[in-house]
Amino acid sequence: MNVSLLITCLSDQFYPRVGRAVVAVLQHLGCAVDFPAAQTCCGQPMYNSGYADDAAALARHTIDVFEHSAHVVTPSGSCCAMVRRHYPALLADDPAYAPRARAMAEKTYEFVEYLTRVLDVDLRELGCRWDGRVTCHDACHLRELGAMGESDRLLAQVEGLEHVPLGKRDRCCGFGGTFAVKYPQISGAMAGDKAGCIAASEAPTVVCNDGGCAMHIAGACRRRGVSVELKHIAEVIAEGLGLMDAGSV
Amino acid sequence: MNEQTAPVTHEGERVLFPPLPYDMRRRSDAAVKDDALRAAVEAATLTKDTARKATFAEAFGERYDALRGLAERIKQHTLDHLDYYLDQFIDHAEAAGATVHYAADAAEANRVCLGIAEREGVRACVKAKSMVTEEVRLLEALQAAGVETLETDLGEFILQLDGDAPSHIVTPMIHKDRASVGRAFERELGAAYTDEPDALTAIAREHLRDKYRRADMGVTGGNFLVAGSGSVVVCTNEGNGTFCASTPRVHVAVVGIEKLVPTFEHAAVLLKLLARSSTAQPLTVYTDILTGPKRRDEHDGPEQLHVVLVDNGRTELLADPVMRDTLRCIRCGACLNACPVYRTVGGHSYGAVYTGPIGALVTPMLKGLTNYPDLPQASSLCGACGEACPVNIDIPHLLVHLRNELNAQRVAGRAERRAFKLYAWVLKKPWRYRWASRLVRFVLRRRADDDGYVTRAPGPGKGWTETRDLPAPAKQSFRQWWKQNKRDEPQRHRDTEVN
Repeated sequence: MNVSLLITCLSDQFYPRVGRAVVAVLQHLGCAVDFPAAQTCCGQPMYNSGYADDAAALARHTIDVFEHSAHVVTPSGSCCAMVRRHYPALLADDPAYAPRARAMAEKTYEFVEYLTRVLDVDLRELGCRWDGRVTCHDACHLRELGAMGESDRLLAQVEGLEHVPLGKRDRCCGFGGTFAVKYPQISGAMAGDKAGCIAASEAPTVVCNDGGCAMHIAGACRRRGVSVELKHIAEVIAEGLGLMDAGSV
Repeated sequence: MNEQTAPVTHEGERVLFPPLPYDMRRRSDAAVKDDALRAAVEAATLTKDTARKATFAEAFGERYDALRGLAERIKQHTLDHLDYYLDQFIDHAEAAGATVHYAADAAEANRVCLGIAEREGVRACVKAKSMVTEEVRLLEALQAAGVETLETDLGEFILQLDGDAPSHIVTPMIHKDRASVGRAFERELGAAYTDEPDALTAIAREHLRDKYRRADMGVTGGNFLVAGSGSVVVCTNEGNGTFCASTPRVHVAVVGIEKLVPTFEHAAVLLKLLARSSTAQPLTVYTDILTGPKRRDEHDGPEQLHVVLVDNGRTELLADPVMRDTLRCIRCGACLNACPVYRTVGGHSYGAVYTGPIGALVTPMLKGLTNYPDLPQASSLCGACGEACPVNIDIPHLLVHLRNELNAQRVAGRAERRAFKLYAWVLKKPWRYRWASRLVRFVLRRRADDDGYVTRAPGPGKGWTETRDLPAPAKQSFRQWWKQNKRDEPQRHRDTEVN
């Protein structure tokens, strides 16, 4: 399987290790992975903030960059939802790009989804072992992909991993892009609620498969003195398969 | 006792009708620090939201989405042919003996009601809960005209008694606790203090029964208007709607024109969704179907039934090709219960009658987008509202639509618009993205502490670090790593260690 990685701007800048883990896992599963270097950002910040024209321009750019990719995999549910749900709508009136937007939407997958729905992976067969207790935060945009709770199945296949349920699991962490900056008190209170649920779970590790949520939750926990490590499921799997050393750098 | 409701204020401004343009942060920033308020709203909404999901799963399982789709089509069809169904409703209601009035705006709605009260010599009025009467401020208008008017929904009764305002579409006193109710009853009704729900309900019931007997006029809203029969459908849990509609000699039903459905068959579909979405009940305890006033051979019922059809901006909204979807709303409140922002700030932070996600759409449409610029923006777009909506209103999408409108009308500050233009300009070219991200990484990493967190971010990050720390970016971006390590690697090769 030929897979192109859509790293997303946040993972590129803040969580490159997630990208390395995605590459390692996909290659381990027999995929040929490439990274089209001209990619920048999917345009979600512009889209969400009401700058549809700029979002459309970035959508066109991203579609061009991945034109020849067979499958596009991204470690972020929200960027995947942007491509899959909003690209076709944004470019519906652009005769040149409308069909390409639909094609891009069809071939783009969030990482967990790609493992469970396309590669049909069973981590038990691969001997994935990761010792530790985790809790799991679902990024809200998984709702749009119909993939809420999808990572549970994979986590359950990891030997040695104990998954503690997170209270109010499907509750938004309050990130919401520019919302976090424009309404810091509301957003911060939502993050505080999330940090409280994480503290109550007593898990030392939070599995969170979205760069935006991860930054937000990590920052909220740090401010509130909740000591916890954020990990993408790709990192858990890469470590569990011995493709990466445990660690967070 | 103080039944002449004093204007409800929040720091000197009216809670539901603040000076415009409204700045949400003035209230929401205080609300997030009000632990009692947040605990009350959180507990009630979480319970309802959880119960809603469970009851739909149990009753309909996987067919729930099909049911929502059907409800959506019924409402949309009726809205698409609203003039036809309005005529049909008016014909049938009048044939059944009702008097139908059309009010173009709030003032006219109140004028119609006051006219009826005056003609009929009404001195005392009992009123059931209704969002549209809140919207047109009917209670105030009646009181100002000297008609003693009492809210009879237990929650609204308590709010009226306590000089407070509703904060939720369905559970208006969601922000209050039992103790405050006990204190209000003690102060205003002379009752011995209690915070036992049963005892409180008994006190209210005792007080209200007498008022029903004395009232000349009953005012209700209407959850549905059935065009095929000219009926008004009123759903309540306490039976107060039934009393208001049947005990006084005049019944006035004030209803928004978007409440129309073609026939009972269609109303039945929506009834399956309404109470389940609101309170996880299969139906409300009372569902009154009111077709005309008391007939000659009937013992009970009002001598007159007036139906006041309220437009107040709805036909204008219907002409908006995108936002018209909001007219499908059946006011179930499910989106409020599901919304993490509503749960955090409470209803009064919205500064309007309609609160929560649907309020963030409806309020700007009915009262002017530039008057409520915060409402569409104060959302993390998490999608819980859209998922909860029983008539498939794509609330997050419509919030984004209003954000586009805000930018088109240049409501956002020039600095913000410029920042976004610059941001987009940078992202459009890979080389600009590479250089800009290097700069951002450099600046933020220099500010980071030993653990790799920025506690005071500059520029646009300032808001972030007001309430959270900001993880510093990585030393090396993914793309730099790829360039160094992977670019020329044959793809057959399987990595065993990429660290």
